[in-house]
Amino acid sequence: MTRVGAIRFAVIVGMIGALELACRLGLINHQTIIPPSEMASTLVTLLASGSLNADIARTLGEVMLVIGLSVVLGFAFGLVIHALPRVREALDPFFATYYAVPIFIFYPVLIAIFGLSAIPIVLIGVATAIVAMIIATLNGLDRVPPVLAKVARVHRLSPVTTALTLQLPAAAPYLFTGVKLSVSYGFIAVIAAEFILSPTGLGRDIADAYADFNNRRMYALILFLLIVATVVNGVLHALDMRWAERRSGGRS
Amino acid sequence: MTATRRTTDTLVIVIVMLLVWQALHQVAGSTALPAPLPTMIYLMHAVASPRFAENTTTTALELAYALVLAYAIGLAIGVWMGAHRLSGVVGEPILVALYSLPKITLYPVVLLIFGLGISGKVAFGALHGILPVALLTMGAIRAIPPVYLRSARSLRLSPWQTIATVLLPATLPEIFTGLRIGFTVTLLGVLLGEMFASKSGLGFLIINDMSLAQSEDMVTVAIILFAFAAIANALLLWIEHKLHRRV
Repeated sequence: MTRVGAIRFAVIVGMIGALELACRLGLINHQTIIPPSEMASTLVTLLASGSLNADIARTLGEVMLVIGLSVVLGFAFGLVIHALPRVREALDPFFATYYAVPIFIFYPVLIAIFGLSAIPIVLIGVATAIVAMIIATLNGLDRVPPVLAKVARVHRLSPVTTALTLQLPAAAPYLFTGVKLSVSYGFIAVIAAEFILSPTGLGRDIADAYADFNNRRMYALILFLLIVATVVNGVLHALDMRWAERRSGGRS
Repeated sequence: MTATRRTTDTLVIVIVMLLVWQALHQVAGSTALPAPLPTMIYLMHAVASPRFAENTTTTALELAYALVLAYAIGLAIGVWMGAHRLSGVVGEPILVALYSLPKITLYPVVLLIFGLGISGKVAFGALHGILPVALLTMGAIRAIPPVYLRSARSLRLSPWQTIATVLLPATLPEIFTGLRIGFTVTLLGVLLGEMFASKSGLGFLIINDMSLAQSEDMVTVAIILFAFAAIANALLLWIEHKLHRRV
């Protein structure tokens, strides 16, 4: 481990240790925060009992569906919009404002329309995640060398083949940025939707545990979601770094 | 020419959105989603109602407090991590990791610490805003060309003069970007906070309207928030562009 890595590790361990100590010494009320070790042990017990499995499968399934839909549809929309410069010009201010507006406030509207089920959750997730993918696709396609379009014409490739065999790989690094953002946004939106209002899922579990004053369960679930999110983001970040390294070809 | 064209473009987008809304209304029915026109008429009346004014005041107050906190703490962390190299290198990945976490999972913790009143929502909003402000401030300070500092030294500027005439102007545009993004996410944080276990504010109003099947009111509040966020962002972007051009 590098020196910086070691310091970072020490800082994180130190903060968790300080929290543990403060809880154990009674500086922090047990009704407010429980010691991290207790969160972890409760989580292990909960996971071993299998009682969380259904909710985990449901929530992660929804997140996966959101990410899949956002990435595939976002890429497809990106291709279409990129091919129509006039439409793109018109949509640019819309894209620029999109993430400045709290899209999430439309979640209750979606519930009113589609009822309390998985549909509004998936829709609000896609609504949050897809635009990042569209913007990344447009960015990526802008940077596809024009010579590739000529190659496609020389080989008389169909638009679909061109998209899949030339544009997709050439724009891949930028598309990956879109995927990374879609994953992050999709995850956040699904959990938030479940937490605010939904019939089932991990977010709902946390809200229920909070309402029941069941702190051990609540903190175990929070810990679980934070671990999952951190691991997923960490893996994506590592992939991104590796790709960037390969792209520069060790030149830098 | 381009200005009129852009206006037409925006108009076309608005019209398309209204058409989609009308189509959704036809499919979903009036109880779930009222049509655009009746909603607009309703909006005119609703804005003047005391209930609306009361909840808007609450949200505005919470947003203001949360922004002050987020900006103060975010700038402090950003300046520290930007100026002190080791802290920055150690802390940046931690901040980035925290930034991409679903912070809503931490809301119950915030509520347990700060209580159910206005302070819980303020703290949750600030929690959202601190990280982008800190990250962009840190980036801005790190990106100062070393030659600026050298010229400040060769001119024998006092530390205070260095900050006021060299460091601040050099970093302001970038820092302002952080403040703009911080505004956006802090607003989101405050609204999310109001949507859960709260009894006042526009976020509460939306959730309450939904459970009472008051869809006209719900859509009205959503549109007003939408418009507010869009206008505020446009204003901040305008200032940001001015700052960037000045440098």
